[in-house]
Amino acid sequence: MRRIMNIFLVAVICLATAGVGTARTGETIVIKGSTTVLPVAQGAAEAYMKLHPDINISISGGGSGNGIKALVDKSTDIATSSRFVKDKEIEMSTAKGVYPVPHRVAIDAIVPIVHSENPVGDLTIEQLSLIYQGKIRNWKEVGGQDLQIVVVSRDTSSGTYEVWEEKVLHKAKVFPRAQLQASNGAVIQAVSKNRYAIGYIGFGYLNKTVKALTVGGVEASVETALSGVYPVARPLFMFTNGWPTGTVSSFINFIVSREGQEIVTKEGFIPLF
Amino acid sequence: MKRKIKETIIKNIFLFIALVSIVILALIVIFLFIEGIPVFKVVSIKDFIFGIEWYPTYDPPSFGIWSLIVGSFIVTLCASVIAIPLGVLSAVYIAEIAPPLIKEVFKPVVELLAGLPSVVLGFFGMAVMAPWLQATFDIPTGLNIVNASMLLALMAVPTIASISEDALYSVPQEFKEASYALGATRFETIARVIVPAALSGISTAVILGMARAIGETMVVLMVAGGAAAIPESIFDSVRPMPASIAAEMGEAPFRSDHYHALFATGIILFGLTLSFNLIADYVSHKFKEVGSATL
Repeated sequence: MRRIMNIFLVAVICLATAGVGTARTGETIVIKGSTTVLPVAQGAAEAYMKLHPDINISISGGGSGNGIKALVDKSTDIATSSRFVKDKEIEMSTAKGVYPVPHRVAIDAIVPIVHSENPVGDLTIEQLSLIYQGKIRNWKEVGGQDLQIVVVSRDTSSGTYEVWEEKVLHKAKVFPRAQLQASNGAVIQAVSKNRYAIGYIGFGYLNKTVKALTVGGVEASVETALSGVYPVARPLFMFTNGWPTGTVSSFINFIVSREGQEIVTKEGFIPLF
Repeated sequence: MKRKIKETIIKNIFLFIALVSIVILALIVIFLFIEGIPVFKVVSIKDFIFGIEWYPTYDPPSFGIWSLIVGSFIVTLCASVIAIPLGVLSAVYIAEIAPPLIKEVFKPVVELLAGLPSVVLGFFGMAVMAPWLQATFDIPTGLNIVNASMLLALMAVPTIASISEDALYSVPQEFKEASYALGATRFETIARVIVPAALSGISTAVILGMARAIGETMVVLMVAGGAAAIPESIFDSVRPMPASIAAEMGEAPFRSDHYHALFATGIILFGLTLSFNLIADYVSHKFKEVGSATL
């Protein structure tokens, strides 16, 4: 037991010193917020730090709400968010003298997904809405097999859910028997292993383990989301306190530049231009 | 004289250190109540606890956590059904039956189980157990009460086993000797003398194990399915309280009603684990083994 403890300690010390070794000196930008925007922020930060080796960017997820909370507390320079700032949050921040300024950095399309062996390939917005309200309970009602539908949704407080609620459910309630998962990854995991299931995820998280449905005959793609034909799409934001200056402004300019938008594409989101 | 001063200083330092942790704990509890109580301005305590609709982000929102409470209880109960026999019987085996060599291996392995990160267990539940359960029982989803309970049981076993084992060890040697002297077999001695004598310790172990299960977050967040509805079978998904708090806190606007409601859920959870601990404490004192004379 003691030996194991020793090995463990040595490992911890090694890790700790390694961390100290790679720490950069110079200016630091802190980014917090949405897990949806996380891959974009990460990709952009890596590329930006390569260009400006004296600047250190630290990124953490935790959700859009947490990001804006951190912006209000002034514990972050940039808050990433998959939704626009709420009225209540604006009240909170102006009370503290913080003025959140939105910067659109990418567009995210939300895609309904099913198990790869599910024969259903297309659902209309109405059908999706009825499924999520628990009014359609069996796949055969939408042209599939005679199987119960297991509805997988995101937590009602996630940004992804909010878009789904707005664009698909039109503010109707998701029925309580829906499974609520805490992340895009968890939804994919749940749907890919379950032929009864339907879920929805950000376009960037789509992979071969699940089958993406078309919505009302429109496939989610860069073109359809940009042109606005694909009905379930939303912009992604980075919020700063006031109009950004200095390094923060240079970083945001980098993201909306052609080079930054290439990273957006590479991470599976839809670029602004 | 000098020595006395030194004594006093040392005594006070220890007192201070002991106080620090108590004060921090008290502050956390106070914070929990300050952040949780405001929700009762928008919803009555009765509607909060017994309301079955949990729609915290709708307009108007409904803050009823009854289905979350039921979810927590049902996974804890099912986990106990699995964990109690496993934990107690392994304690009996380790303490009374196992030869020294096997004991040397078993004891640390069971304790090592306690060190398994819950997120690892949760991932195992999601990626391995869920598809297996679904295929085996032909049910719509593998993320359900059974799955969560099995993993929670795995987490409660080390607690139950190691505390029960201590209780079994502290049964006086004379009891065993007397039992053998009367011609009892080994099984009779264990079942009728040792286990009953250690019962208060074993009960404490069980209650602490259950407290561990009801407060566990990561596993239920990942494998309980997260449906905020009262389950109709043990293969339904549930949304235990800790899972709800963990999943939603990140997105709840700071100091909103939803935020306060999550803290209030935390108060309920705190009340539950506290009462579990108080019961455990009561049981262990009330039925304390005070020497050989009590049996």
